[in-house]
Amino acid sequence: MYGSTNLSEEDAKRMNTTVEDPEKLEAFESRIARGEKIEPQDWMPVEYRKQLIRMIEQHAHSEIVGALPEGTWITRAPNFRRKLALIAKVQDEIGHGQLLYSAAETLGKTREEMLNDLLNGKSKYSNVFNYPAKTWADIAVIGFLVDGAAIVNQVINSKGSYGPYCRALERICYEESFHLKQGHDNVVYLATGTKHQRAILQDAINRWYVPLLHFFGPPDKMSAHSEKLMKWKVKLASNDDMRNQFLDQYVPKIWELDITFPDPNLKKNNDGIWEFSDPDWNEFKKVINGGGPCNAERIAVRKFAEEAGRWVRQALMNPTEKYVVPLA
Amino acid sequence: MSNALKNLLYKMADDALIIGHRNSEWTGIGPMLEEDLAFSSMAQDKIGHAQALYKILNEVLGEADPDTLAFKREEKQFKCCQFVEQPIGEYDFSIVRQFLFDHAELIRYDMLTQSSFQPLAQLAKKVKGEIKYHVMHADTFVKQLGNGTEESRARLQSSLNYAWHLSLGIFEKSEFENELISENIFVGEDELKKRWQEKIIPILEVANLKVPATDESKIVYGGRKAFHSEFLKPLLDEMCEVVRTDIDAEW
Repeated sequence: MYGSTNLSEEDAKRMNTTVEDPEKLEAFESRIARGEKIEPQDWMPVEYRKQLIRMIEQHAHSEIVGALPEGTWITRAPNFRRKLALIAKVQDEIGHGQLLYSAAETLGKTREEMLNDLLNGKSKYSNVFNYPAKTWADIAVIGFLVDGAAIVNQVINSKGSYGPYCRALERICYEESFHLKQGHDNVVYLATGTKHQRAILQDAINRWYVPLLHFFGPPDKMSAHSEKLMKWKVKLASNDDMRNQFLDQYVPKIWELDITFPDPNLKKNNDGIWEFSDPDWNEFKKVINGGGPCNAERIAVRKFAEEAGRWVRQALMNPTEKYVVPLA
Repeated sequence: MSNALKNLLYKMADDALIIGHRNSEWTGIGPMLEEDLAFSSMAQDKIGHAQALYKILNEVLGEADPDTLAFKREEKQFKCCQFVEQPIGEYDFSIVRQFLFDHAELIRYDMLTQSSFQPLAQLAKKVKGEIKYHVMHADTFVKQLGNGTEESRARLQSSLNYAWHLSLGIFEKSEFENELISENIFVGEDELKKRWQEKIIPILEVANLKVPATDESKIVYGGRKAFHSEFLKPLLDEMCEVVRTDIDAEW
């Protein structure tokens, strides 16, 4: 659902000190400037490879961890239509994870290594999945607004320079746009439904507002950024720009349903820029560093799945030859 | 005849709904992403089969609409076998259950393509084509895990031993059995069980697994007559949790 382009401070520093062969670097950069895609077998700077692995891996983790809060509502979905749509949606997210792990593998890190790094905390996933899905209305809000936020980010990233990632993102965006339709339909049903349905929807919006603002990362004035990443088309838009685009697309759609956001300062200025109360960025850091409401639970579930499934993976490592034939 | 038909459709639909629910519980926690995807696909198919069968009950036989039948009935109105009610357990139980259940499903739907009840015969043609893939999935994993490591074989054998008498409960007859056969609606549970055994035993042998001996007194019957395991009620409570918060709302 999400690939972060935010750099840690150490990474930002190293980006500017690693020395590359100037001739190769120039050829590489002019290819990108011409709009060409970089493919797995092509030469690329060490830091380019490293940042892409970090970003795609984090995106893949976000997909499979993001499946967890929604997954718990599949068994509770209130009718056939919603149930089938939700299973298909969560299945898409897992499929995106699979696709993205493969894209990251083209850069030299295996899926197993990435999953291990998820479990040992070396690599992150999107903060937004460390919040609980408390009611059915959360499923509507996640489907509409979290997926909406993810699409803003992913459509931009799909114009990046690394071929396998761009192609994966194009397909992902196509599927996400269906999730958005399902999410919107679900939001509309709740907003136009009974008193209880409106109440749970309003409550869900109140709880998801800050995590959604946090979703795009710290404000530009606060975040470590690198011109190189922009030049290499790894990062294509600033956090503030993406956040503004999201607010512009989605806030009016919620307001028109007579549902509010818990921020009296939220409004669009005449210059087209949205204004809002600065969310608590210490809370953001706390959640990134493991202190969110569901960090421990999410990792515990993934660990359980990895450990409980180990015997299956081991048994498949040694397939008897006669079964390795096409099925149909 | 319509009571006999209803009984057949309810038990098939309830089986599909409940096994679909169980399959969907693997979402996010499978032993590898590919198995998450597989169980998720099968869950969608099964739940879709349940919906299609309830739809026939509704449109042809005058029962309530599919959402009401699935989400607003009491435990005592369900006709699923106890086998599908069992929790997913570990992966070995889930794959063994899938193997035993889906082989029976494939043969059942294959037989039903010849049913004198046209709506069911037509649906069976479509469903059969989907279950074929569920069976391929189960066969592949049962064979590979049965021939994998010592642990994987032992786990499969132990789950097979546990599942065996539960799975024979699939073939529990209802009071309408003779009527279904004489009206050419369905060939009958005995014939289905016979063909099922002929099909699965050779595969279990290739998978290096021992077919458990059948003890008639241990077969877990009851589900078809609405006597359920302790697992069905909590499952239905979970499934209906949202609906029950506002019973008249449209979701």
